[in-house]
Amino acid sequence: MSHDYRRISKDGLWDNNIVFAQALGLCPLLAVTGTASNGLGMGLASTAVFVASALMISLLRNIITPQVRIPIFVLIIAVLVTLVDMGMNAWVHDLHKVLGLFIPLIVTNCAILGRAEAFASRNSVLPAVVDGIMMGLGFTLALVALGAVREVLGSGTLFSSAALLLGDWAAFLDVQLIADYKGFLLIILPPGGFIVLAFLLAGKRLIDRSLAARNAGAAAQAAGI
Amino acid sequence: MSTAAPFRERVSYQAMLLGGFSFIATALLVIGNLATRDAIDERRREDLRASLAQVVPAAVHDNDLLANPLSVIDDAGLPLTVYRGTVGLHVTALAWEIVGKGYSGDIRLILGVNTAGEVLGVRVLSHAETPGLGDKIEVARDDWILGFDGLSLRDPPIERWKVDKDGGRFDAFSGATITPRAVVDAVRGGLEFFRRHRTALVNPVVITTPSLSQESAE
Repeated sequence: MSHDYRRISKDGLWDNNIVFAQALGLCPLLAVTGTASNGLGMGLASTAVFVASALMISLLRNIITPQVRIPIFVLIIAVLVTLVDMGMNAWVHDLHKVLGLFIPLIVTNCAILGRAEAFASRNSVLPAVVDGIMMGLGFTLALVALGAVREVLGSGTLFSSAALLLGDWAAFLDVQLIADYKGFLLIILPPGGFIVLAFLLAGKRLIDRSLAARNAGAAAQAAGI
Repeated sequence: MSTAAPFRERVSYQAMLLGGFSFIATALLVIGNLATRDAIDERRREDLRASLAQVVPAAVHDNDLLANPLSVIDDAGLPLTVYRGTVGLHVTALAWEIVGKGYSGDIRLILGVNTAGEVLGVRVLSHAETPGLGDKIEVARDDWILGFDGLSLRDPPIERWKVDKDGGRFDAFSGATITPRAVVDAVRGGLEFFRRHRTALVNPVVITTPSLSQESAE
């Protein structure tokens, strides 16, 4: 069975994006995306768990029987998240202070269980890991996009405290876009997350539709010639 | 394969599988805990030291604030750790955690006082107040919290230890009265706690000879 890695990548990043297409993982999504930096940190931590759980589950897929697969997947994911949590607390403590509250939320990200069930448990290691990376990056993309929009509208900054997340070299990312901005509280609060997410989902639909229309037009032209 | 399939269908296999995975998961968590415990502990101490340093200026003590903390029972009957800054054997500053009832949950603060009962500093450790309104209690966002420095129960008098809306001395920033009220109440409670237990709290750190303890009693 051969795998089309371009298909897997495109699925993870866009066509079947966890947030924009599957609308999964909204609990961590809405909780952390007050700033783009937080979104990026959460996205990368989730990606690590996506990849590790895909690796473990695809390795173990022949041992695990369908009858008990769900509790075992949950167990594997919970152990991985706990290990990520402890590791971050010990070695990237400043980031953990920002994200610490949300790391346990990764367990509640049904998307990870969803990919374990739908992809990793049915495929060999390499495609499963690629799928994990791509799904994770797609999720990161969604978190950063949502975080960036909410941060710009809500506090007038972009990537504030990025240096905390990525080290001092990233300080240049931290920009005050609107000087003396009073802030727009609604966007920072959880309802703002829903509102911005709705606009992003609608935006994705619009792009997809215009792409489809263009492809159809090109196909029609080609047929005409 | 035909013999493997029925074996995998048996209940005992499923039970072994679940049991085995639970065992491995537990073992991994134990290993993870052992590997990170010391580092996490060290990070916690660094955090605590950093927040203590904000409320107890380095000029008033020459010891490690985390050394020799005092364990006392607070007024609610709960254990409380009081960190002591000393010069020689004499206690010069004290710091402990106080809690205010904020708009959304507890506001944890750390309060530093000198032996005269004057505030050396107050800082927020954690809170869940409304972003943009209640979070002005954070020193990173507003210097409101610095307004406590140097105050005591004598200055202002205790009936003025309230937000201005309640007839007190302290600004209640617009839009969020509950948050500053909670902080003011917590700081006042901390100072009252210190006044009641002053003698016990400022005892010399190590009482080795009778003459020393007599000296402190004088």
